[in-house]
Amino acid sequence: MKAISVQNISKNYAKVAALKGLSFEVEKGEIFGVIGPDGAGKTTLFRILTTLLLANSGKASLEGLDVVKDYKKIRQMVGYMPGRFSLYQDLTVEENLKIFATVFNTTIQENYHLIKDIYQQIEPFKKRRAGALSGGMKQKLALSCALIHKPNILFLDEPTTGVDPVSRKEFWDMLAKLKEEGITIVVSTPYMDEASLCDRIALMQGGEFLRIDTPENIMNSYKNILLSVKADQMSQLLKDLKAYQGLESCFAFGDSHHISVDKSSYLEEGDDWKIKLLKYLEYKRHRHILIEEISATVEDCFMELSEGS
Amino acid sequence: MKVITANNITKRFGSFTAVDNISFEVEKGEIFGFLGANGAGKTTAMRMLCGLSKPSSGSGTVAGFDISKQSEQVKANIGYMSQKFALYDDLKVWENLKLFAGIYGVPAKEIGPKTDRLLANLGFESERNTLVASLPLGWKQKLSFSAAIFHNPQVVFLDEPTGGVDPVTRRQFWELIYEAADNGITIFVTTHYMDEAEYCNRVSIMVDGRIEALDSPKNLKQQMGAQNMDEVFHQLARKAKRN
Repeated sequence: MKAISVQNISKNYAKVAALKGLSFEVEKGEIFGVIGPDGAGKTTLFRILTTLLLANSGKASLEGLDVVKDYKKIRQMVGYMPGRFSLYQDLTVEENLKIFATVFNTTIQENYHLIKDIYQQIEPFKKRRAGALSGGMKQKLALSCALIHKPNILFLDEPTTGVDPVSRKEFWDMLAKLKEEGITIVVSTPYMDEASLCDRIALMQGGEFLRIDTPENIMNSYKNILLSVKADQMSQLLKDLKAYQGLESCFAFGDSHHISVDKSSYLEEGDDWKIKLLKYLEYKRHRHILIEEISATVEDCFMELSEGS
Repeated sequence: MKVITANNITKRFGSFTAVDNISFEVEKGEIFGFLGANGAGKTTAMRMLCGLSKPSSGSGTVAGFDISKQSEQVKANIGYMSQKFALYDDLKVWENLKLFAGIYGVPAKEIGPKTDRLLANLGFESERNTLVASLPLGWKQKLSFSAAIFHNPQVVFLDEPTGGVDPVTRRQFWELIYEAADNGITIFVTTHYMDEAEYCNRVSIMVDGRIEALDSPKNLKQQMGAQNMDEVFHQLARKAKRN
């Protein structure tokens, strides 16, 4: 049995189609990442799967239970951490955790082993009101509350948005540990660099999945040839590259620019292609020019797929 | 010319020192990246530079005005944009621009022609009468940046302007930033995307209220023997004691 099975789910808000007939499956025990920008439909999808919202059409089931008919049973077995902090701000850390445990007919003690690593970091502040916690601590409390009833499937809606890179890494380390407990984790994020930490990912934009696969397969399926280009004057270099004929795309990418070239025309010309570009950039008076073939990142793939859609 | 100067600025809340004796200067037309972990004190520092809060000690100037004594003049001479608050959803595109321009004291007869030029530049004329609520996020961000610099401020403060924005739009947004900097507007920007740190002329990294590093991305990488800014950030922010 699949952890999650979705067939042709659609959802409209007035005129806007938020989800356009999504179908996919999630295996038990995997970390499944839904990766896409704001407005892609990630939250709508999560709310439908956690029985908080009804789809206009299509079917979805969690471990064989239907999200509409069996919503009560599903609520017992999923944990949901919404994107916006949704705990009781005027209750203490400990009170919040207790409420969530009690609502699900359990106790903090019973499942303490699940949250131990995470909760211990905020336990010194257990008498503090949740509203007075720092962002990082709120996030840990919210995750503890979503876990306290030992869910089979955990939904995390943008848990790392607005979080600095170091804290983001810590959060992903926590998820890796939860996976070892056998919990299926569905997590959404706008950060493309987090994709490699998932078993499989869905790249999402405009209510559709552009691709679903393992991060490796997605990166290997980049259609064009990708080159990184560097020179001393990076902003001028970007302008000159954009004016150069024969590029499929050209984007700034941190300390280099990434350009993509149609595979067949590049292979036909071989090294001549690079030499021609080098000559052009030298003519444009660039210095210390470095052009090299590189393999695509998930972000390169996302841009290639979204340009084409 | 220095557009921002900070001299030993400290901000305490009770016994907690949020910003601990920071000093730096930002030149006209520079793109200055202001990085740090959550809770490092970035927002507190930025609020003081925008004239919204006064330092406990130390002094600073922004756009030539004293941040403690002339906070109203500071506010009038800067632009500000954050991901959380940008534009009014229930106003049309042109209404938002008119509102922001009016608040910042742009003469009424200049607002119309300037709005025309701006919308033409953005390729956005067809959306003049669209409610901002129905624009895609990427467009809202671009428009909101344009509104923040409509009155030609000396410096614009951008607080995580690209959070959650798709990768293509994120890059287009940075092209707007470059263009504004080329036109002499100083850019003070925070971000959690480390590739964006590479686009800044200089970057400061705050840890536990102090500025732990300040230099060009190239020099920072060299000094720390790091491949990219992500590594630089991790090396510095790991030392943080605060959470």
